[in-house]
Amino acid sequence: MAGIVTKQAKAGARRARGPRTPAQIGLVLIATVFLVVFLLLPLVVVFSEALSKGLGLYFAAITEPEAMNAIKLTLIAAGIAVPLNTLFGLGASWALAKFEFKGKSFLLSLIDLPFSVSPVVAGLIFVLLYGTQGFLGEWLADNRIRVIFAVPGIVLATMFITFPFVARELIPLMQQQGNDEELAARSLGASGWQIFRRVTLPNIKWGVLYGVILCNARAMGEFGAVSVVSGHIRGKTNTLPLHVEILYNEYQFAAAFACASLLALLALITLALKSFIEWRGHSGS
Amino acid sequence: MHPTAYAVGLTMARKHKSVLPGFGLSLGFTLFYLSLAVLLPMAALALKAASVSLDDIGRTLGSERVQAALWLSLRTAFIAGVINVVFGLLVAWVLERYNFPGRRLLDAFVDLPFALPTAVAGIALTALYSPNGWLGSIAGIAGIKVVYTELGIIVALTFIGLPFVVRTVQPVLQDLDAEIEEAAASLGATPYQTFRYIILPHVTPALITGFTLAFARALGEYGSVVFISGNLPGKTEIAPLAIMTKLEQYDYNGAVVIAALLLVVSLIILFIINGLQAWGRKRKLA
Repeated sequence: MAGIVTKQAKAGARRARGPRTPAQIGLVLIATVFLVVFLLLPLVVVFSEALSKGLGLYFAAITEPEAMNAIKLTLIAAGIAVPLNTLFGLGASWALAKFEFKGKSFLLSLIDLPFSVSPVVAGLIFVLLYGTQGFLGEWLADNRIRVIFAVPGIVLATMFITFPFVARELIPLMQQQGNDEELAARSLGASGWQIFRRVTLPNIKWGVLYGVILCNARAMGEFGAVSVVSGHIRGKTNTLPLHVEILYNEYQFAAAFACASLLALLALITLALKSFIEWRGHSGS
Repeated sequence: MHPTAYAVGLTMARKHKSVLPGFGLSLGFTLFYLSLAVLLPMAALALKAASVSLDDIGRTLGSERVQAALWLSLRTAFIAGVINVVFGLLVAWVLERYNFPGRRLLDAFVDLPFALPTAVAGIALTALYSPNGWLGSIAGIAGIKVVYTELGIIVALTFIGLPFVVRTVQPVLQDLDAEIEEAAASLGATPYQTFRYIILPHVTPALITGFTLAFARALGEYGSVVFISGNLPGKTEIAPLAIMTKLEQYDYNGAVVIAALLLVVSLIILFIINGLQAWGRKRKLA
């Protein structure tokens, strides 16, 4: 703990210095210009294009029935995938951070697996499993269940893509916190559930929130994987990012950017919350 | 914490681990959900890939269009990774070492490519770099065309990959004491020498890890690229799009061959990253 405090004090002292020599000022300027041109301008373009045809068209574009359906489907997919993956993250971090067992690092790599799969490949594997030509295709057709080109496929693909987010955030955090407090609670006679609720959860709550907002941002914004399994049926299997694509490909640029601006707003909220949690995490502990 | 104290703590923790309840339940749930959500669909790809005939593999990988797509993806992901190493190190350095107005805001914005949906990034970059866009018109004066060219793909992949390099290098720079740099300077080292002999060796493992992460992400990237690339077969068609094309033609075997190849490359990269991180840790302890 003392090590962390001195390190932070040191970092603060170091940062207190502004750039002094012309070379240092030059470096700061180059980095700032690079970030503004490269990261900030695309974001500004989204809002400027969205409002280029006036506020009336902007609100018309985001309230037309197809857009509303796309928003609804996006909320459904994230509304299922995010809570399930959060539950998984909590369970996995308890098993992996609190206990030692054989094959743990292998299990960790398996949890990370969806991060190294291309979104298009992630969509493809669900087509191979649940599509009409897929391994379970015949059985699903016999039971009149549609997964691919329907809502369940979109939910499954979203779950896959966002699978590791919460677990990845919590496992290192819980490992770092150790077991001391839980063991003390145990020795005082607390049950497993009580330990988790009263001791562990309060300690990791900012970590959980951090994982959830990142998971949610990706779930609502996922494009490639969802694009493969959705079939682009307007008003039925279009999520918001897919709706943006369709409008864009139909040269309805202002409408496409209007819908995109909603997703850009989501990104801004995500960044703001993320910074807040990082700040809170620093000053809170 | 002192290393020996840490080791003692570790053994103590291990001794007590079985005291905590819920191991069976949490591990069982983890394995069950992992199997259902990830392993089962991945097994479908493995099974399908194993059943593809050599003929199909030869036909798919022998096609000039597929080869062009694979090389294009590897080439552009590599170039974007190199650009990100240079600018990522610069950005991480400036954010870590200097205090200036707007520093915290810029630091937060580094994560924008993580938070912004790829399709939104794709259409925004296309609008920005198109011949009558804000930046495209400037590039046009110099006779440079960005949209619907390989350069456009590189721009999109650089955008997507930047946070990987910055966020891997930043903590390492934070660890490196400014006093070491000051000591080097007080012994008469020029800023270049300090950078070349003190800073660069220290951040190299992190730089390579960041490059590899950005490269792996760029190789599979789809949403931000398909709008700006124009998707001309053999020219600006990337590997993930080649999979998409095969699927649209109901050539499932062809799609599986390209997908399996991409996946194997990603797994090799993942393996390299794990090795690199172990290397970085070892160097830190030494």
